[in-house]
Amino acid sequence: MAEAVFEIFRGDREGGQFATYRVPIAPGMVVLDALHHIQAHQAPDLAVRWNCKAGKCGSCSAEVNGRPRLTCKTRMDALPLDQPITVQPMKSFPVIKDLVTDVSWNYRVNKKIPPFTPRPDTKWKMSQEDVDRVQEFRKCIECFLCQNVCHVLRDHEKMESFGGPRFFVRVAGLEMHPLDSKSRTKLLKDELGIGLCNITKCCTEVCPEDIHITDNAIIPLKERVVDEFYDPLLMLVRKIRGTKDPG
Amino acid sequence: MTEFETHDHDVLIIGAGGAGLRAALGALSEGANVGVVCKSLLGKAHTVMAEGGIAAAMANVDSADDWRIHFRDTMRGGKLLNNWRMAQLHAQEAPERVRELEQWGALFDRTQDGQILQRAFGGHSFRRLCHVGDRTGLEMIRTLQDRGVQLGVDVYMECTISRLLMDGDRVAGAFGYWREQGRFVVFRAKSIVIATGGIGKAWKITSNSWEYTGDGMALAYNAGAELMDMEFVQFHPTGMVWPPGVQGLLVTEAVRGEGGLLRNKAGERFMEKYDPKKMELSTRDVVARAIYTEVREGRGTEHGGAFLDISHKPADYVKKKLPSMYHQFRELADVDITEGPMEVGPTCHYMMGGVRVEAETAQSTVPGLFAAGEAAAGLHGANRLGGNSLSDLLVFGRRAGLAAAEHAKRVRTTSVNSTQIENAARDLLTPFERQEGENPYTIHRDLQEIMQNLVGIYRTREDLTRALAELEKLKERNGRVSVEGSRMFNPGWHLAQDLTAMLTVAEAVTRSALAREESRGAHSRIDHAGLDAAWGTKNNVIVREGPAMTLRQSPVPQLPKDLQQLVADEK
Repeated sequence: MAEAVFEIFRGDREGGQFATYRVPIAPGMVVLDALHHIQAHQAPDLAVRWNCKAGKCGSCSAEVNGRPRLTCKTRMDALPLDQPITVQPMKSFPVIKDLVTDVSWNYRVNKKIPPFTPRPDTKWKMSQEDVDRVQEFRKCIECFLCQNVCHVLRDHEKMESFGGPRFFVRVAGLEMHPLDSKSRTKLLKDELGIGLCNITKCCTEVCPEDIHITDNAIIPLKERVVDEFYDPLLMLVRKIRGTKDPG
Repeated sequence: MTEFETHDHDVLIIGAGGAGLRAALGALSEGANVGVVCKSLLGKAHTVMAEGGIAAAMANVDSADDWRIHFRDTMRGGKLLNNWRMAQLHAQEAPERVRELEQWGALFDRTQDGQILQRAFGGHSFRRLCHVGDRTGLEMIRTLQDRGVQLGVDVYMECTISRLLMDGDRVAGAFGYWREQGRFVVFRAKSIVIATGGIGKAWKITSNSWEYTGDGMALAYNAGAELMDMEFVQFHPTGMVWPPGVQGLLVTEAVRGEGGLLRNKAGERFMEKYDPKKMELSTRDVVARAIYTEVREGRGTEHGGAFLDISHKPADYVKKKLPSMYHQFRELADVDITEGPMEVGPTCHYMMGGVRVEAETAQSTVPGLFAAGEAAAGLHGANRLGGNSLSDLLVFGRRAGLAAAEHAKRVRTTSVNSTQIENAARDLLTPFERQEGENPYTIHRDLQEIMQNLVGIYRTREDLTRALAELEKLKERNGRVSVEGSRMFNPGWHLAQDLTAMLTVAEAVTRSALAREESRGAHSRIDHAGLDAAWGTKNNVIVREGPAMTLRQSPVPQLPKDLQQLVADEK
């Protein structure tokens, strides 16, 4: 039976090294199948997160041959098998053990975002057309691959001043909800640091849900921030009308 | 005594899927201090995989629908073994629970006039499933988790509970460990809600994730709670059959709801033989047996399944309404479902049985212990209708949360003696002390083979008796299980704990299946084909007596006259 050779990171916060495993290949096999095979036959304590094994939960993110992927959707027959397949944890987050990383920072960022806030007199009617563009954002499975590749986080480690693509998608889902009444532009500008994004589209490229993160979420949000905070004409209008600053 | 990290809550919820999160919101609304413990990260629970929709008689699409029809469909689908009061509450309250989700930010697909769109599903008389394409569960869990986090629920992620702590005959807390470091943790609570989902990981071909090990049911059973209807395991008719790595992965019933057709290898729409009236939209038990029979009699596809075809619908429509199915098949099986058929076969999917609860409060037979969602029994009887699970989570998750908070207000302090805690800690560590013991992965594989082959869709006395004997052997082997490595994020260690739970529920399923000498809903006995009137009035109940598992029968609650009439009415 054909075999694949894996080089898998084994280690924890203290450090680690790559260990080699050989795994028999079956038709249609994905990298997560191989990880399970290794657990069952060679390394029962190999730490891997997974749940649905169907690309719906976003648990099994890792870097396969250096590329951020969901291991449950990475087919072995799409990888060159004449050389070892390397699997290592997402680089932007601290390693807990083996392929498992500490993603708790993401949950802390999420807490900063004010929830959906409908107007008090809302009639609960929406047209599909208005819902469509928000549904795109709500497809996000929180695999955090976009966070992992974003250079603001990966290279510059701006965790304290930047929210990352995942949370721009989440804010876009709220801001563009047809019945939401709250503005989150100040949050985007100040706490989530959307200005730091220079739209290299790395996040969009790795999104397993094909969300157009940059074009459909980040750029429109950047425009809102610019309109509200930096447009001289609008600033003047607000001054004359005495309307409130964006909140 | 050793000092353990300790947390105090009025209400502790075990499980952070739809039921657990809705319970948390319910308990919060009563002013309780709420903690939620979950084995995975928040938002990854099984609910996230639910695809088709939430059944609720909102009558947005078919104006003739109302709760009575939903109630009748649910009772008939469950072959009248359901707890009628649960079925009634469920049908009556589901629409309000869906509207509530929308008010918390969920975005459902819309009708032309801007209301929540509803689709057809098996066993439902009207188009009733509120949905978001084929990712309804994701929408639901995100909505609930974001609200919970905003309102201040304490969530303990990647934390596993191994034992419930008792104060006499009532619950007083739970003991477990942080998966990250393997450090022990004690929760003291006045009420506990079990919302841990199902047991499908005990079968080889399953749509369930690693979390579905029956751990919550085993916790409740060990604390003295009753389990009910354990013989009723739902095999979903359509799981993927090829390639091997994805075998069992769910193919949503929404494919059939949107017009998908089932054919055998000769191209025949075989459902004509099994349910000519409802055809592809018959109930899951019927469709699963039909596919199984076609394959067994030599009319299956190359990889041992049936063809499910939606390619007669416009490609754009398929991609819009079934986006994740489209991607799943394209990426994992090299099949374009807008061009050709899928190959599908039955997969272990859902547990109708579980912790026996009181209809109004979701309280088990143990004071202070509640259960909701798949971990609880009663609503679905002998077979669950598609879409009735998400609504179940909302309706009974809320009720469990409210009642648990209410109970917590009435309880003064609880106390747990340290011996219980010390014992729980010692039991968790034992597998590390054994050298050269059994590998937990090997025992798990053997368990899955036994349940798949002997306690599957069709059952016989002979097979079930053999299964019980095999389970005994596995229990012995499990007593010798050993774990390698450290306590830090160790899946082998976790599996060693899970095995004990899986063996408990597997035995409960097998004993109940052996006792029920008839075929009803999801339970099919080759040696006892057809319904038996006497069994139609009894639920099987499993309870622990000392170390022994005992089985007894309990009468099915009698329907009041008006509802009896409703269920009997032909339409």
